[in-house]
Amino acid sequence: MSTTAASTKPVDPSVKVVTDATCTFCGCVCDDIDISVKDNHIIEAKRACVMGKAWFLNHHADDRPSCLIEGKPASVAEGVERAARILTEARYPIIYGLSDTTSEAQRVAVHIGDLIAGTVDTTTSVCHGPSGMAFQSAGEVTCTLGEIANRGDLIIFWGGNPAENHPRHFTKYSLMPKGMFLPNGRKDRTAVAIDVRNTKTAKAMDLFFQVKPRSDFECLWTLRALAKGIDLDPAVVKKDTGIELARWQDLMARMKACKFGVILFGMGLTMTRGKHLNSEALLSLARDMNAFTRFVVKPMRGHGNVTGADNVVTWSTGYPFGVNMSRGYPRFNPGEYTTSDTLARNEADAAMIIASDPMANFSQPARERLASIPYIALDPKDTPTTRAATVAFTTATYGINTAGTVYRMDDVPIFLRPAFESPHPSDFDVLTAIKHRVMELTNQQ
Amino acid sequence: MAETFILVPGRTSKQGCGVSEGKFTDGYQKEISSLQVADEDMKRYGLVNGDKVRITTESGRQVDLAVITAPAKELPSGMLFLAYGDLSSILMDGDTHGTGMPTSKGMDVTMEKL
Amino acid sequence: MYDPLHGVDGQVRDIWIRDGRIVDAPSDPAVRPDKVLDAAGLVVMPGGVDMHCHIAGPKVNAARKMRPEEKRKAEHIMRTSKTRSGTMGSTPSTFATGYKYAGMGYTTAFDAATPPLAARHVHEELEDTPCIDKGFFVLMGNNHYIMRSIQRKEPERLKTFIAWLLGAAKGYAPKLVNPGGVEVWKQLPSGNVHGLDENVEHYDVTPRQIIEATARGANELKLPHPVHIHANNLGMPGNWATTLETMKTLGDTRGHLTHIQFHSYGGGVGDQDTFNSKVVELAEYVNTHPNLTIDVGQVLFGKTTSMTGDGPLGYYLSNIYHTKWFSADVEMEAGCGIAPIEYRDKSLVHSLQWAIGLEWYLLVKDPWRVAMSTDHPNGGSFLAYPQIIQLLMDRTFREEAIKQVHPAVRERSTLAELTREYTLYEICIITRSGPAKILGLANKGHLGPGADADITIYMPNDDKRVMFEMPRFVIKDGRVIVEQGEIREVTTGKLLHVAPGYDTSIETDIAEWFEKYYSVRFRNYPVSDDYLHDHEIIGCG
Repeated sequence: MSTTAASTKPVDPSVKVVTDATCTFCGCVCDDIDISVKDNHIIEAKRACVMGKAWFLNHHADDRPSCLIEGKPASVAEGVERAARILTEARYPIIYGLSDTTSEAQRVAVHIGDLIAGTVDTTTSVCHGPSGMAFQSAGEVTCTLGEIANRGDLIIFWGGNPAENHPRHFTKYSLMPKGMFLPNGRKDRTAVAIDVRNTKTAKAMDLFFQVKPRSDFECLWTLRALAKGIDLDPAVVKKDTGIELARWQDLMARMKACKFGVILFGMGLTMTRGKHLNSEALLSLARDMNAFTRFVVKPMRGHGNVTGADNVVTWSTGYPFGVNMSRGYPRFNPGEYTTSDTLARNEADAAMIIASDPMANFSQPARERLASIPYIALDPKDTPTTRAATVAFTTATYGINTAGTVYRMDDVPIFLRPAFESPHPSDFDVLTAIKHRVMELTNQQ
Repeated sequence: MAETFILVPGRTSKQGCGVSEGKFTDGYQKEISSLQVADEDMKRYGLVNGDKVRITTESGRQVDLAVITAPAKELPSGMLFLAYGDLSSILMDGDTHGTGMPTSKGMDVTMEKL
Repeated sequence: MYDPLHGVDGQVRDIWIRDGRIVDAPSDPAVRPDKVLDAAGLVVMPGGVDMHCHIAGPKVNAARKMRPEEKRKAEHIMRTSKTRSGTMGSTPSTFATGYKYAGMGYTTAFDAATPPLAARHVHEELEDTPCIDKGFFVLMGNNHYIMRSIQRKEPERLKTFIAWLLGAAKGYAPKLVNPGGVEVWKQLPSGNVHGLDENVEHYDVTPRQIIEATARGANELKLPHPVHIHANNLGMPGNWATTLETMKTLGDTRGHLTHIQFHSYGGGVGDQDTFNSKVVELAEYVNTHPNLTIDVGQVLFGKTTSMTGDGPLGYYLSNIYHTKWFSADVEMEAGCGIAPIEYRDKSLVHSLQWAIGLEWYLLVKDPWRVAMSTDHPNGGSFLAYPQIIQLLMDRTFREEAIKQVHPAVRERSTLAELTREYTLYEICIITRSGPAKILGLANKGHLGPGADADITIYMPNDDKRVMFEMPRFVIKDGRVIVEQGEIREVTTGKLLHVAPGYDTSIETDIAEWFEKYYSVRFRNYPVSDDYLHDHEIIGCG
């Protein structure tokens, strides 16, 4: 979509420099990376974190075939034909993944789901899906990351470990930056971690609450009670949460006294017993705090464009993930139309997996089902999912080889400046070809 | 001996890098198959880095893993950590309790020295 | 045929169309058309133009995400061989939105509140909103660069920035939402401004200064629709005084006050018993000041979603109705508040809101300066326009409706005394010709040569609601896209935006500003041409 632009003159004329490029590895979507490209290899990714560097430096033009059918090299056209037939001949086809591709490709994938009366689900369902459900019951008080940088003077990380998983979040957005109302950066902030593990994140904080495992719900409701001035029994609080009541009271006093409080939360809440109820308690706590001061909350999203997937699926169908269109119109029901369930219950009879790796990440019953049905996989990399696919497309990497749009974890849309051309087609191209063939096979426009 | 622990699988930087470097590389495979155990639990079990243990979930799912001492006191006694990947997935049940999300953290498991 | 711009009031005429445009009838009588649509006995109007609705972007999508409970029981938008499936409720999915507008005879719609940082999102959604032409207004009333320019008394810089920002977002018009108030909301617990002369800390500017300076700058740029104002104190009893002050602040510069129904209340703050209509006073001011235009923001009874760039308003509403609440502060630029709402005909406040909206239609003398809107979905769905038309055209129906609502409406508004009935000609003005003119769209809202061939053809009916709910034909760019409410052909529609010229030397300063305070790089902020599907630049001046 956009063209690459080199604003600084490289010393080596065979090295192309792309400035202000975007890293799509995690939900931080850092758009300040300067990448140097030589012979279709990225040799440097300035300002990228350790995972960003691994992302940029390990995506080169792979010499694998662009398409494999049952493990044998095939043309992309043959792959498209087979893919379209698999999807149109199935009774319960599912489309899954989508969090590591452009929103332009996501839009085509949702369209295919509509054409085949299929089910569309994204990696959100096994990430912050429960937070999405909590959003539907409580709402959410939130902001863009720049607001946190400019105003956030009390930062609470709950059930997440950004020091390992979103390495630049601290420096760019949440902990270190000197903002409009925080001229001294880190010194103007109080940082708190609440977690079951004493992680790298916890060690970078001013306060750490090492809570009892599986007690997030109780911890959050302790804080909600304290916010409302309700008396609690110290012995019960200690037993339920593993933390002295006095420490919770101290934290609540800080939360009420700050000017702009922020809670950033991870999958410690959503993947643990309680799931959406944990997230709902947290969203509610952040809302409650607005009676005293300004307070916001934000889920820390993992994949580069998982937020885009939520947005695209929502604007197309009205629902954020786990959408079934088998009756000709969209229906939503987590636990019923979500991929872990449609696979583990042996309901799905064909699948198209885009830019994700359920054969590595899903529960054993779900993986066994996926391995037993015909499915299509699109991925730049060789993964357990591409290896077991009926049709596997090797696609160009978004942000490195292709332009397009990604949505940062705070819903800010950012466009991509590709570094070099891939010999492989993009997800968008493959999906568009499949869409057209599906239209022909089903007599739809 | 086989005591009950709480297993908390999660992401790590190394596992994250491995996604880009390749899931079939030695580094990634090592990261996702090393079980972190608290120092005091290592001692109580008489484990040293590299020893093998068998992890069994309440529903009987089982994997054998090499242990390493959890770095920098990250884990309290009684808790285990494993980077996300194939082996942590083996331990996950298919049921999502109506949420779409399998319980992937905070699982009750027993650990047995092999 | 009804073409108020050319004074055509129900006369029988032919319309010739070529290449998507209306053209003069050929002078050579031997020229025959390729295709003839016989509209004898039918009512022909330009396609409808909705100048203020919330149909795309982060706020609308957050409402979609937040409200699954509305959708299961709502009408199902089924996939057909030509159209996509979708969902309804108060915030329909994008495809459903396009089909429903077209199905009702509307061919153009403008989203009213886009934070420029999220402009790409709006462009993506608008491309997925088929059948209609569209554009969006760019939130500026709490933009820090604008406030700083006012603080530093740099009107030229402010004007240049407006031009740059509209071009960067590929938007249509500057929009002020609770100017200054959203920034105070970001700074303080339950923060807001309550009058035009309250101070906005950090920049030491007032809402009055923001309105005055932005309106002047935008008018100097000769923008087709210079400034679109959601005034301070929306929804508050007694807010009419703020609204009147806002109008006065504009002096004789062109300005549009939006969803004015929500800004026309008398009474004391926090005192429901004194809540009353102040439309008579405000309409008198509008009637005597031709620089002002309004859209109504009509309230209709039933469940809907309140969504606004007015962050503190969302908090206020969710607290009084005890609902879920979404709020999103956008760095350096804007806010957002969303809460479910139900307007009840047994409620004094809601009944008065309903009446106040109707008073506005009936008390503004010049229909060219009052546009139909529900502030979709805030007052109700855009799908309620036919119902509003019936209320305006049919006095007997209106009197029956007044009997159904809270009796205090008779004492606290003038609605029951108003006998005016709109004619078809006037309806044509407030639903298409007027909004097109207010927006500065020379090719919309009329049927003269050069106009886009966007035409709606209705079956005459004494029941005006039935007549306007289901047009017989809808023609977009010369193609029949709807027949009898059914989509016959799907078009993408085009994006309407402005591209005012400006002195590019300002970019150095804006870039510095970005590197200091924004979380995205300056170069990654402007929307590139790649995001434009079919589009048209509407010229300035």
